[in-house]
Order: sequence, then structure tokens, then C-alpha cells
Amino acid sequence: MNVVVLLKQTPDTESVIRIASNGKSVATDDLKWIINPYDEFAVEAALRFKEKHGGDVTIVSWGPQRVVESIRTALAMGADSGVLIEDPALDGSDNLGVAKALAAAVKEIKPDIVLCGSRAVDYDEAQRGPMVAELLGWPHLAFAVAIDSDGSKVTIDRPIEGGKVVLEANLPALVTFGGSHAVWNPRYASLPGIMKAKKKPLATKKLADLGVDASAVGAGAAKIVMSSLEMPPQRAAGKIIDGGLDTSGKAVELVRSLHEEAKVI
Amino acid sequence: MAKCVCVIAEYRQGGFRRVSYEVASAGKRLADALGTNVCAIAVGAGIADKAAELGRYAVDKVYVADDPALANYVAETYVPVIADIVAKVDPAVLILPASVDGKDLGARLAARLQAGLAQDCIEITSQNGVVKAKRPIFAGKCLAWCEWPQGALPVISCRPNVMDCLAPMEDKKAEVEKVQVSIPQSRSIVKSIDLDTSGKIELTEAEIIVSGGRGMKGPENYTLLEDLAKILGAAVGASRAAVDAGWRPHSDQVGQTGKVVNPNLYVAVGISGAIQHLAGMGSSKFIVAVNKDSEAPIFTKADYGIVEDLFNFVPLLTEEVRKLKSSCS
Repeated sequence: MNVVVLLKQTPDTESVIRIASNGKSVATDDLKWIINPYDEFAVEAALRFKEKHGGDVTIVSWGPQRVVESIRTALAMGADSGVLIEDPALDGSDNLGVAKALAAAVKEIKPDIVLCGSRAVDYDEAQRGPMVAELLGWPHLAFAVAIDSDGSKVTIDRPIEGGKVVLEANLPALVTFGGSHAVWNPRYASLPGIMKAKKKPLATKKLADLGVDASAVGAGAAKIVMSSLEMPPQRAAGKIIDGGLDTSGKAVELVRSLHEEAKVI
Repeated sequence: MAKCVCVIAEYRQGGFRRVSYEVASAGKRLADALGTNVCAIAVGAGIADKAAELGRYAVDKVYVADDPALANYVAETYVPVIADIVAKVDPAVLILPASVDGKDLGARLAARLQAGLAQDCIEITSQNGVVKAKRPIFAGKCLAWCEWPQGALPVISCRPNVMDCLAPMEDKKAEVEKVQVSIPQSRSIVKSIDLDTSGKIELTEAEIIVSGGRGMKGPENYTLLEDLAKILGAAVGASRAAVDAGWRPHSDQVGQTGKVVNPNLYVAVGISGAIQHLAGMGSSKFIVAVNKDSEAPIFTKADYGIVEDLFNFVPLLTEEVRKLKSSCS
């Protein structure tokens, strides 16, 4: 069973986010970069499929050279090879533009299944997986918190508001991952894994290598733009309920405040 | 009349979900600004008779795809059906819920329509006929304004619980047009649906959340929070630390990896306030923090802070809320 994982490199979730001087993007100079956690869950699921069914796991990513480090991390976890789509023509792409490049890379690899995060922790777009599936004409199952496959079909658990749905699709299909670290428990790269990863194949490709028309992606083709960024309103400093009250007195005062001042209970 | 603002209503298990009324209301406000009207698309099985009720929220006309094969949401069937209706309606703007299904639908639909999607928006405005939408990024650490180039169809999904609902117009009914649709063969199916009937409130749609972190010390102590939540009609959440420790299910996790919530009241109990947690709950309207460490970062976000041992304080708080509730009723 051959698996492709679409992997995005994102800033660490502990990062403090600042707006760049152009007012339209996030300052990236002092960020620490990680594999998008939801994509990391997909890597873990891919490796479990490999252990169960055999086959290869290929990591497909896009962006500048710094992304190589995240691909190598996935290779150190146990993936077999990587592809980085690095092309300045992709700059300024909307999600659809990126999806076109990713779909072209998937077509070339011809996997049985494509796995990726349901969203990335940077721009929270939740668009990449469904868009790639649509471009491929494949079914997609979104937001998996459990996954199983017998090699010919795939089944997932998908939490919805107030319940759970079990979905099934015939392969080839695309699955996006929800859940959390506690659900997927992604493995750490072992030291031998890290040594081996250095020798695993990692190809850098241009759009032309994938047969993607550069005019179909990039800023010029974007159907949506981020025109400006702003910081969320600062919360006014709150008040500590104390006033020499004992524990019980604080409970009384808190309930009074929530009922009479905030009017939320 | 100018092209309409078109909203996609979400229907599940015999009724429209509240978020459908929220997007209809947001659609109406935008339509007023653009000088046009609101139409809707509703997809499901046996919904043609119910669709007229969207009129209560200012929808003038509903295009309905009603077929047993559309009983449950499956992207592979819903997307082509809705895309065909969108092509027929040719709206100025398309608005849908950023619910679990809606986010998924919106993304695949945008690819099919070759349109730009702004996901999980919290505000929609227009200036001189140009539509803009605001959405949180980095789980709310920053906010982005999105715009669409001339000629591109704006597709906007709205975060549940954010857009104000119009006061329903009880006597208004929408015109309903049943659309003949061709439903493609699907390679994906719904095997089962298991709805929680225990009355548990969904975190992303809760008006009040009581959330516990590492300070809870163990899974058994969450009964303290469940007791409080029950009286408040609240949902129970958890920090990543509590979920990673296996104390609470992952579906309860609030934060940048987890759910982003925006209740009227968020009560953080024994949560220190890691930046990834603050990102997930920072847009709550009121925040209460209970922590014995007065230096905990959560207090910088809290409207009301209580520096106390939670094991002493929470039972007293529950008792006070109980008194209030019994005096109100």
C-alpha cells in the first residue's frame, strides 16, 4: 500500500505571532518551524499502514529550502522518500494554487491513499485536502480520529457536532486528520532513524517538472487574497477577586459579578 | 435585481441547525448593504417541506435538492449537486456555516467552482460593493482580512456562535424551488451515524464552558467541573496537558491543536494558560480563571481571577451558582 503524506511546515504552536512591516503577512525571522501537528498525525498513520500492508510512504511538501528539515524529520520517523515543490512561481498562491501543485505531484506518484492534516496550525484554512481530492476526482474522508484500511478501502471515524460518523471509501482516496497528540501519539525519530534519513531520496521539483502551468498558480491566479492583518483586541486587565474575602466570600462575589456585571449567568 | 447573496443551509436529522440561521442572518445584513436579496440552497432528504421556514430569517427563495440519496452529508455527492445549483443561481457571494461538515464542503466546493474560500470567518463587511471578510489565523493569535479579485466569487464560511441571528419573522415563508439534480455515483459512503443523546453540549457551540487543566490532578476530579457545568448548562473542556495525560477525551481539547471556542463565559480551572491554550479560548466574551498560582499567565486574559486552591473553591462556586439558579427560577 503506497501512501503519500502532504506535509506543511508551520511555526511552532508556542510561537508568538507578529505582523510583518508590510501589514499583510506574519514576521518569520525568529520563528521555530515544525511539521504541522495534524500532518504529523498523518505521517504516523501512514507509517502504521506501511507496517501493516508494506509499501512506501512518500512525503510531499512545498515551500522554501527550510522545509527540507521537516521532510527529513518525517523520513527519520520512517517515511521512505520526499518531494519538495520549490518554485518562486508558487509564491502568493491561494489554497487552490497550492492544491494544484500538490495534486500534480500525487498524480506522478500514483499512491493508493493520500493522507494529510485536516488543517494547518498557521492559517487554519482547512482547505488543502478536500481541494486536492477534488482536483484528483477522488473521494475524501475528512477529520479522522480513527482510521483503518484493508488495502482496498479505508474507514474513518469522524466526530461531528454532538456525535460521530463512520465513513468508508474505496481506494484510491484522500483522508484528512483531526484528533490530537493523545489520539495519534506520533512517534519520535530514533537516532538510527535520523542517520538513515540523511541517505533517503529527497527530490526538489519545479512546477514545470510536474507539468503545472505556472500561470495557473501564484498571486496572479489567486481567487482570494489576504489584504491586511491585525492583532486581536487586547483584553483589558481583569480583576482578581480578593478584597480580603475568604474562599466562600470569593465564590459569592464571583457569582454576583457574573450575574450582575457580566450578565453571563 | 442584482445577483443575490446565497447561503447554504445545513440540515441534519430532521431540522436546520442553528448555524444555518446565523449564516442566513449574516447573509441578510450583507445583502442589505449590497442592495440585493438573500437566497438559499438546502440539500437533504425530505426537506422540501421544511425549507420555507428559512424565510423566518429573511431568505426570499430556497433552492432545494431533495433526494433520499442526499440524506447524509458526503462531500462527493453534496459538492457536485451544490455546485450545479450555484451555477444556476449565479450569486454575488456564497456564505455557508464553518461547521464540521461546512468547512469540508466549502473547501471542496471552492475547488470545483474555482473560487476563493475564506474559512471560519467572524465578520463580513462591504464597502462600495466590495466584500471583505475577517478570519482568525494562528488560532486567533492574529486576524486576517480577505478580499476577492474582481470577477472571483467570494465563498465565506462563518464560525458558529459568532454571527448574530435576526429576530425571526414568524409569519414569513420563503419561496421554495425544487431543483432537479443529478447525483453522481459516490465511492464514499456513510457507514453509520452515532448521535450522542446524553445532551452533552458541543464545545464549539456552547455558550458556557468549564475547562480543566493539569491542576485537576487526575481524571476522577473532573466530576467537580461536571457538577458545575451541569448547573450552568455548560460544556466541559480540557487543556492539552489534561488530554495528553489521558484524563479527558481528545474531543474536549481546547487550544491551537484542538478546538477553538468562543463562548460567552469560559471558566478555566487549574489551567496555567500556555500560549497554545490561550489561542484557543482567547476570544471568549468573559473569562474566569481559578488557579492557586497568582503568577499563572491565564490571569492576564481573565476578566475575573480567583487565586485559590480549586479543590476548595469549585465546590463553593457550584453551591453559589445553585443558589442563584434556584432563586431565578
